[in-house]
Amino acid sequence: MDNETKKVLIDPLVNNNPITLQVLGICSALAVTSQMSTSLIMAVALTAVTGCSSAAISSIRNHIPSSIRIIVQMTIIASLVIVVDQLLKAFAYDVSKQLSVFVGLIITNCIVMGRAEAYAMKNPPMASFIDGIGNGLGYSLILIIVAFFRELLGSGKLLGIEVFPLIKDGGWYEPNGLMLLPPSAFFIIGFIIWVFRQWKTDQVEQPDFQILDISHGEGGHH
Amino acid sequence: MISARELLDKVEPHFTQGGKLETFYGLYEMVDTFIYTPSDVTQGKTHVRDGNDLKRTMTFVVIATFFCIMMAMYNTGYQANLAIETMGLTESPSWRSLVMNIFGYNPMNPLSNFIHGSLFFLPIYIVTLAVGGIWEVLFSTVRGHEVNEGFLVSSMLYTLILPPDMPLWQVALGISFGIVIGKEVFGGTGKNFLNPALTGRAFLFFAYPASISGDAVWVGVDGFTAATPLGLAAQGGLEAVQAAGYSWFQTFIGFMPGSIGETSTVAILIGAAFLLYTRIASYRIMAGVLGGMIATSLLFNMIGSESNPMFAMPFYWHLTLGGFAFGMVYMATDPVSAAMTNTGRWIFGALIGIMVVLVRVVNPAFPEGMMLSILFANMFAPVIDYFVVQANIKRRMKRHV
Repeated sequence: MDNETKKVLIDPLVNNNPITLQVLGICSALAVTSQMSTSLIMAVALTAVTGCSSAAISSIRNHIPSSIRIIVQMTIIASLVIVVDQLLKAFAYDVSKQLSVFVGLIITNCIVMGRAEAYAMKNPPMASFIDGIGNGLGYSLILIIVAFFRELLGSGKLLGIEVFPLIKDGGWYEPNGLMLLPPSAFFIIGFIIWVFRQWKTDQVEQPDFQILDISHGEGGHH
Repeated sequence: MISARELLDKVEPHFTQGGKLETFYGLYEMVDTFIYTPSDVTQGKTHVRDGNDLKRTMTFVVIATFFCIMMAMYNTGYQANLAIETMGLTESPSWRSLVMNIFGYNPMNPLSNFIHGSLFFLPIYIVTLAVGGIWEVLFSTVRGHEVNEGFLVSSMLYTLILPPDMPLWQVALGISFGIVIGKEVFGGTGKNFLNPALTGRAFLFFAYPASISGDAVWVGVDGFTAATPLGLAAQGGLEAVQAAGYSWFQTFIGFMPGSIGETSTVAILIGAAFLLYTRIASYRIMAGVLGGMIATSLLFNMIGSESNPMFAMPFYWHLTLGGFAFGMVYMATDPVSAAMTNTGRWIFGALIGIMVVLVRVVNPAFPEGMMLSILFANMFAPVIDYFVVQANIKRRMKRHV
């Protein structure tokens, strides 16, 4: 793998993460992360769709008239989502029940559309595929971190296996009910953004304005 | 005997720039200005002269809660002693029996009530101060800010709005959430858009509902269930409250189960008088909340309902039950998270008053709505201010066309 490919694959994990830096795909990150199992399936589904749709769109990019390109992109993405949805129904029916509309809503996930518009329309198929996979993995990383904390703190389990025995089953752990509600994902994503920005300080935006120090302001002695 | 001033002056060089303990200047500054008037003076040409700085504002709010604290201790102990008597127990089933066996459990004995209540109040307050204080000092030290008295207010108000028997580790989690997520992530004192004490309580309300809602938590004796009068009202309306033996006057004085400091409307109103006299709290906000509540409950009285007895609840009962009075006086008037413009304050207050009656009357999920209404209005405060300012700009533009 040459450096450029590596960069396209690795960058979306932390440096240009679709959730924490671009703040896309938040709705599904809130909705499916109360359990690890659903998040893992969702992560795989989205990564597959993003990679394949980017490759497909990229291979016909020179033939798509720019005035109808969004419709063409949507058609390709929607077909892929239907394939994923049918596969899930066939092989993982229970999980597909739990994910309900959110698999279908991958069609409208901003990450998929965003990669198609921003990268696949300008780059060759292989690079676009890698880019789609990379962004899918960036999304997956955040989804799994969020789901790890939500399932562990909210129900004392990981992937359905008991880690902290609950008080009501004779253990010691009192589950945190907030973690089972979608807003908790907001807090956890916020914390992740906080950690990323402490680590990668170039992600921090410049302040919009600076508060004037009064003693140095108009009429000050300094 | 060395005076505190001399001692502080002696250690000061260690904390100022270049000193060994420079990082901890915030701590030095906190102790110094807590005891003495700050030595900083304005240096620009124009400034407002007023001795009423942020420190005094915050300290005054703590002073204003004095009667609430007294009533909190007395009533919490009284309710616990009453419960022990009702259940026919000879001693408290908790560690408090170690102390209380000396004073007895007679609900007619004021000293016993007071001491029993303080055994509920003090552990919560001490945990709040210790845990919240650690966060506060940590953030101030890392950011090079001063440690602010605002935390004293938040910790006192937070303690007063918790149920008496809240597990202490949950108290610690709640105040951590309130201080860190409610305040410090937005930049610390003065930059928070939510009230930190209420944010902490809201966290507990959703995270551990069994400890902060329902009928079993409002009296600090394990195994004793007593609905708050507001909980009774949500079930059976005013008749259920009166059937349980609560008169309006009793709820006004505050002898009823509930969060530690919210029960006594009269103590809260004394605090309100102090805050209004010293002009710490905005009368516009308080009047807005009261007006919004009265108008909405009158509206519901007029509409009436066959199936929902809360429709018939008169406004003076809304005032004394639940956390309405406490929220109106101490929470809604938080100068940081409330609206800043005078017109905005009326709207902000009215929004709270309307929302709280809506939640209490027509929302079947929660019997009490004060906490959620105030947090809701906090979020709208900047928008309210924005429109008030825009309206003013437009009005003045028209004048000069």
